[in-house]
Amino acid sequence: MALTDLFRRREEAEAVAAPASPATVPYKALPKFLAALRAKAQPVLLDLGPVVGPNLTFFGEELGCKVFVEDLYADIDRHVRAGTSEALPAFLSSRFDRIDSGVDGVLCWDVFDFLDKPAAQVLAAQLSRVMRPDAVALASFATTPATPGTEPVYTRRTIVDEATVRLRTYPAAQGRRAPMLNGDIIRMFEPVRVVEQLLLKSNVREVFFRKPGA
Amino acid sequence: MWKRDESVKPTPGPAGTPATAPTTPSAAAPAPSVQADLRRSNDRDVVNIGKSVVIRGELSGSEDLTIEGHVEGKIELREHVLTIGPNGKIKAQVFAKAVIVLGQVQGNVSASEKVDIRDNGSVDGDIISPRVAIAEGAHFRGSVDMQRKPVPPSAQAPSPKGASAPASTPEPPAAPAPEPAPATPAAE
Repeated sequence: MALTDLFRRREEAEAVAAPASPATVPYKALPKFLAALRAKAQPVLLDLGPVVGPNLTFFGEELGCKVFVEDLYADIDRHVRAGTSEALPAFLSSRFDRIDSGVDGVLCWDVFDFLDKPAAQVLAAQLSRVMRPDAVALASFATTPATPGTEPVYTRRTIVDEATVRLRTYPAAQGRRAPMLNGDIIRMFEPVRVVEQLLLKSNVREVFFRKPGA
Repeated sequence: MWKRDESVKPTPGPAGTPATAPTTPSAAAPAPSVQADLRRSNDRDVVNIGKSVVIRGELSGSEDLTIEGHVEGKIELREHVLTIGPNGKIKAQVFAKAVIVLGQVQGNVSASEKVDIRDNGSVDGDIISPRVAIAEGAHFRGSVDMQRKPVPPSAQAPSPKGASAPASTPEPPAAPAPEPAPATPAAE
């Protein structure tokens, strides 16, 4: 038996024994987002993703944030399963009514990828409304359509450190919608401005927003 | 044959509060039936409210409490652990030292040490606690404030919206707050 065979067999055995670990990827715009939150005293954060315990711990204990968790993925899923997707814009128009004091940061993750244009426009307008002057937002947008035939999934993101997140997918009722154009993104968030855009090799565009100061 | 465990003694309540069975169900629930369902464990100082019990009003005490039934109103266990069992349904403002949620809670939760929402547990409301752990299968909608000291119930103004709706976060108390507890790994 050749030595290479022994190594190959060992690698195969290790591959079988090792559990599939969630992907850990860099989140390029996250450090700027966190730095902006750090500059504020007792910032208020709005997280549009599913509740993730370590993220709450991170934002609560490391940054001293008060965190609002508003899982829009669950809302989208519920409407899609109920066949009421056309009611999403009206639903989103009053979704954040209880956040009357304003927020300093919004974590949108990739929720806009799962919304049709009318609903996305309403959501962007609502976020612009609840953001305080000088507040920041972080969102990512796919630049390519979803691959046909693949199972639709949402992604749960756990912050590992200031520039890295761990991705874990879970089933979604519907896949990503058509990619949004850059101009549409800029327009629908006005008066909130795009401060920085990063196009990643994964064809995802990370966008960092800031609302102009008063 | 019967030997009392001397290591577990009832905790004396603050300001002369009796250490045993201080639970005060409201007039809406008949007291005898409630007391019949309050089962005290001999080896642990824990009171259990069974799943057939419905309490409306104010529930306070100075011992650990597990709720499997329905409670509406206010729950106050300042120095003790409140556990909402898998069958428990709470529609109340909750004040405790630590709160463990395996059932459903609708209302604001304030804990001086920790709030722990376990798998399949559900909280619709605002949480104020220095430490919060939320399991991956848990449901949570509301806000989490880990900075401010939980407000004592006596200083809390009654919410005009009632306990069912997540209300705005109350103001911090005048008393000096201790240092926040060290970070603990929370379940994802």
